[in-house]
Amino acid sequence: MFIPFSYSIKNILTRKVTTILTASGMALVVFVFTTILMMAHGLEKTLIDTGSYDNGVVIRKGSGAEVMSWVSRSQASIIESDPQVAIGIDGKPLFAKELNVLITLPKKGDNKQSNVTIRGIGDASMKLRPQIQLIEGRMPKPGSSEVAAGLSVVKRFQGVNIGRNLRFGMRDWNIVGIFDAGNTGYNSEIWGDNDQLMQSFRRPVYSSLIFKLKDSSEFGKLKERIEKDPRMNHEIKRETKYYADQSEMMAKFLRILGMSLTVIFSLGAVIGAMITMYAAVSSRVAEIGTMRALGFQRRSIMGAFLLESLLLSLTGGLAGLFFASFLQFFTISTMNFQTFSELAFSFSLNLNIALKSLMFSLVMGFVGGVLPALRASRMNIVDALRQA
Amino acid sequence: MYIIKLLIKNTFRHKLRTCLTVLSVAIAILAFGLLRTVIDAWYAGVQASSVNRLVARHAVSMILTLPISYKEKIRQIEGVKIVSYGTWFGAFYIEEKNFFANFAVDPKSFLELYPEYILQPDEKSAFLRDKKSCVAGAKLVKRFGWKIGDIVTLKGTIYPGNWEFVLRGIYRGKNKNTDESQFFFHFDYLNETLKKTVPARADQVGYYMIEVASADLVADVAIRIDKTFHNSLAETLTETEKAFQLGFVSMSDAIITALRLVTFIVIVIILAVVANTINMTARERIGEYSVFKTLGFGGWRIAGLIFGESLIITMIGCTVGIILTFPSANAFANTVGSYFPTFNVTMDTILLDIMFSILVGMLAAIIPTYHSIKIPIADGLRRIG
Repeated sequence: MFIPFSYSIKNILTRKVTTILTASGMALVVFVFTTILMMAHGLEKTLIDTGSYDNGVVIRKGSGAEVMSWVSRSQASIIESDPQVAIGIDGKPLFAKELNVLITLPKKGDNKQSNVTIRGIGDASMKLRPQIQLIEGRMPKPGSSEVAAGLSVVKRFQGVNIGRNLRFGMRDWNIVGIFDAGNTGYNSEIWGDNDQLMQSFRRPVYSSLIFKLKDSSEFGKLKERIEKDPRMNHEIKRETKYYADQSEMMAKFLRILGMSLTVIFSLGAVIGAMITMYAAVSSRVAEIGTMRALGFQRRSIMGAFLLESLLLSLTGGLAGLFFASFLQFFTISTMNFQTFSELAFSFSLNLNIALKSLMFSLVMGFVGGVLPALRASRMNIVDALRQA
Repeated sequence: MYIIKLLIKNTFRHKLRTCLTVLSVAIAILAFGLLRTVIDAWYAGVQASSVNRLVARHAVSMILTLPISYKEKIRQIEGVKIVSYGTWFGAFYIEEKNFFANFAVDPKSFLELYPEYILQPDEKSAFLRDKKSCVAGAKLVKRFGWKIGDIVTLKGTIYPGNWEFVLRGIYRGKNKNTDESQFFFHFDYLNETLKKTVPARADQVGYYMIEVASADLVADVAIRIDKTFHNSLAETLTETEKAFQLGFVSMSDAIITALRLVTFIVIVIILAVVANTINMTARERIGEYSVFKTLGFGGWRIAGLIFGESLIITMIGCTVGIILTFPSANAFANTVGSYFPTFNVTMDTILLDIMFSILVGMLAAIIPTYHSIKIPIADGLRRIG
């Protein structure tokens, strides 16, 4: 025989202050938990969107990131003539030799200097990254002092807009276009002609090579060919892998920090739930005795109290999730320790995260409620009735 | 005296509930203390910087280099006392995850400029004499189990290849916030190797460190240095060491802001737990309070009872939390110490711990007190549970 569901609900509603306080403690923990999951997911999404599985990136062995890598012109030609490089519809190889340097620009608002990546591009750079849309103006012409800026550079840095000039590398660069690269790292970059940029930064070498693979499944052979070539000291990675490696440290840092915070906070909230449930049990001793006398089994008593605790935590969980879902409107930008460049990503919620958060709140409710429920179910009928 | 006895008796009437509440306050204070310490660790470089030191770097970007010839030009500028230079070497030990700060420096001027790095006199002379030598901080040495005389091989990222160094000295920090996890070696070793392998990259330094004769000349000297190199191929940006360090910190602004927010969330969570406990306790004792009122005790006495109990609980929790903070901070530093140069629990953190505990204790008692005082005696006596 089960105790009606409404018994648990009514109990929760009777003590409004206690319910609100306990549930809000849980809500905050779930909020933090969800935020961390959303952050990790957002970061991952940014990286996956940034790279394409069928593109290869060539950088100098051991450099880890484009900024620290270099490829000489002759080495670039060796790779360019590799049969694995796909040919575009115009008959030219889908192959770009790129330059990657960092400059600092003042941010809007607080005037603080922050790093921006300057990418010297070739003809194929745009074609290799179909996720990038030109939203205003045009792309820089080869051989000119023109640049195009990513949307988040325009939004977050001072003096970056179409028609304006930027001064770096002892030259003025005219901003002729703005591109939107969606959720990807390219949005925090400024692009210009690579030969012009190499000249002005006095850098006679490229940073990286990027190209589309003719046959993606042949990647292993290509890798071996490049890495064993005595003329090269470079490595090739799939673009997706390259970007995932770049923010590995960041992702790990967020994960460790997030998980330790969640564990500590959830301890607090579980104890809160336990206090509430113990109080609920001890103030209802007579009721429990009566129910047992009426024939309700120990199991049902335990079930009713556990249910009450679970309902309480679910309320908290839903509230936490509700508030966390508003974070989707925010974008965070922070420095990637591995590349020293800006990394912008947004909080992103999906069904999996929502379910995980609710599950987490239920677990907290269960852990907090199980001991008090056990105590309630173990009560002796006569003693309980006498206590009233 | 009786009132204190009554307070303590009241507090421990529900032993389990009080213990649980104290435990959760302790956990929250512990979390708060650790988070504050993490934030402090972020700013350690800023706090350790001296007021009369300047850093000059390439105006366009940190990754671009300045010619070594600037040293003499900077030295001629009025107000400059010592000039030293260095380069971020960016190498790692065996594996990429063994990351630590390593710099190529000009040893003699560097040690003059940074008196807070203390080396034994014999270690110092050994370091200055041997061009292939290096010195490392005590924490770093402990992390990798190095000994003096060991050959340490680093793998370069910015400067490719395997680089061998002989550990000639272990430096200790003069102050508690001095970073003891860095690694320094002779710039000449790097430069001479580069001259042989990549001559185009030789004779280039990452930054200049400048000591100014007196603190009030700092701003003028910075402007003079930048003016000297204005309109040259490598324009400089000179700022105080503090601003330079802050520049690094501000790049990870978002994380710090998030951490700060989280420290407040933990306070709010704990407020909810304590408020709940006090609220339940007060409600159970409405009858008793009514008896007090009948006997002629005023509202203030009752308020004192509730506030006192609330404060006793939070303060016990706070004490336990503070005591636990120190061993946990040590454990934390041992596991993820490689991310943070220094990890010390400061006095400020402890004061904030105490302040927030008092605040939580007070806030938690407000509503229950209000209810207990407002309720008419007859209603209070009639109410059960």
